[in-house]
Amino acid sequence: MSLGKLLERILQLLPVLLGVSLIVFAMMALTPGDPVQIMIGDQSVTPEQEAALRRDLGLDRPIHERFFLFVTDAVRGDFGESFYHRRPVADVIAERLPATIELSLVALIVALATAIPLGVLAAIRKNSVLDRLATVGSLLGVSLPGFWFGILLMMLFAVHLQILPVSGRIGYSSEIVPITGFLLVDTLLRGNLSAFWDALSHIILPAITLGLPMTAILMRVTRTSMLEVLRQDYVTFAEAKGLSRRRVLFRHALKNALIPTVSVAAIETGSLLGGNMIVETVFGWPGLGRLVVESIFLRNYPLVQAAVLFYAVTYVLLNFAADLLYTALNPRVKL
Amino acid sequence: MSAPPAPALLVPEAPQKAESIFHRNLATFAANRLAMASAVVVVLFVLMAVLAPFVAPHDPNETDLFRRMQPPAWLPGGEWSYALGCDALGRDILSRIIYGARISIFIGTAVILVATSIGILAGLASGYLRGWVDVVISRIVDILLGFPYLIFAIGLMAMMGPGLWNIILALAYKEWVIPCRVVRGETLVTRELEYVEAARALGASHWHIMLREILPNILSPVIVVSTIRMAHVIILEASLSFLGLGVQPPTASWGSMVADGRAFILEAWWVSTFPGLAILLLVLAINVASQGLRDAFDPRFQE
Repeated sequence: MSLGKLLERILQLLPVLLGVSLIVFAMMALTPGDPVQIMIGDQSVTPEQEAALRRDLGLDRPIHERFFLFVTDAVRGDFGESFYHRRPVADVIAERLPATIELSLVALIVALATAIPLGVLAAIRKNSVLDRLATVGSLLGVSLPGFWFGILLMMLFAVHLQILPVSGRIGYSSEIVPITGFLLVDTLLRGNLSAFWDALSHIILPAITLGLPMTAILMRVTRTSMLEVLRQDYVTFAEAKGLSRRRVLFRHALKNALIPTVSVAAIETGSLLGGNMIVETVFGWPGLGRLVVESIFLRNYPLVQAAVLFYAVTYVLLNFAADLLYTALNPRVKL
Repeated sequence: MSAPPAPALLVPEAPQKAESIFHRNLATFAANRLAMASAVVVVLFVLMAVLAPFVAPHDPNETDLFRRMQPPAWLPGGEWSYALGCDALGRDILSRIIYGARISIFIGTAVILVATSIGILAGLASGYLRGWVDVVISRIVDILLGFPYLIFAIGLMAMMGPGLWNIILALAYKEWVIPCRVVRGETLVTRELEYVEAARALGASHWHIMLREILPNILSPVIVVSTIRMAHVIILEASLSFLGLGVQPPTASWGSMVADGRAFILEAWWVSTFPGLAILLLVLAINVASQGLRDAFDPRFQE
């Protein structure tokens, strides 16, 4: 892709980002009740103090100025103070972020590691029992409500079989001093293998739950594109040349068949963000998603607003990256 | 791409009724047993929702602390008049599932109706009128496509507060983009067909051409997409309810029933399990039926 096209794409991002911040800003305006009154709560204040607070928050200015302030503050990473934590919102978000990223990455790995082999097998053995099972499975995967599936897994593996923990990120006895914030990495860096297994056992169920819809979609995509590739002339040719079936499949077919899978995986990574809020709530995972849901009920609006903006911008950027990846992987796609 | 145009305008009605494309497609759909069975399941759910006061064995909000977490009928301590057991407040789970169907189906239908209506109008205007209308609508569509669906739905519900209309608004604001894109694409093709040109030559107005000539011919893919999206919207609504951002208690909704049972999975698995099963069953049935519809009605999937 030429630099000009890339610049054009980046310019196209701007209206989306502006629209996203406008909606997030409007959410604040839609909030029932006066933010100043919420902040004051039961404390007794003089009208002068109230007016000063209003001025400090910029709430006395016209709406377009407030939007401009909101955007410039957001760009600088200033989202105000969390009512509840009495600390800058940005700090609270940064603290919770590693848990959410770790969960999303493991979910992505789980999805890819299940979907690709299953999709390939289903394509190679088309119409076999396995293929049919995979089809039914992927249909179930997109029809299962994630929050319920999570609870079912929890009931089966944590309550009934008792082989995995019910919730949380790591057991009390295994807690370690964080380095990167990613527990799977930190436990290994500290050389604490039992803590690593503990962290791993905690992440398995939430990761499967979060990755399930993606697994279902990726499996369909892999199967379809593998079938498509297997019909191509160059595959027939490779077979006619007398190459072994395995060599044809893995060296010739799979490489091309995975292009759509990778593209769709990149696009679907954005959807993991929304699933995060649900899955973290189900499993008591101490990440950003659960923080948002808790903050909604604590009426901690600055945090909700900042987190929603953060999620939305990440989503937009992930889609942008997916788009670039798709173009890079598919030479036939012209911009 | 689109279905061949119906010879409505110029050719007089054929004397003997030729088999129409619609009837042929309907027959194809009816021959697909799995899809038909799923359609029947969907219809049963709708009937259950509409007739809830008549089919529910109990008042869904009637609490009875003596029946607190009473197990389903086939387990020790259960009884058939409370077939699926009771929740933590002693409310009949089956009755609450039956009433909960109203919320899921009403919101699903309302969101899809609103979204499809807006999508059809915007898509027709965009694809038929072209020019600046197309540019403006397409830009809005592009921007909305970049919005994270569930995250904004959660954010909007958090800010607007719970309520039936707020849920519909929080889901429909983006949902219309999907039918809009389908309609626009189909319209771009259909507007170039001869019968549309003929209508234009006869002096038909833009409104007439868009709504009477083009729309009937592009309706099949729109209906197919709407049914597929309906399943998605029902899951989204259930997710909002699960987080406590949907319809408020004591009104029964499937998502909030699953959430209620979460605290009791150690002692009463049925409280969460059955409402979730209802969601799965309805969504699965809609998905299978809509795939059948797509195979029968979308020419791109016809052999």
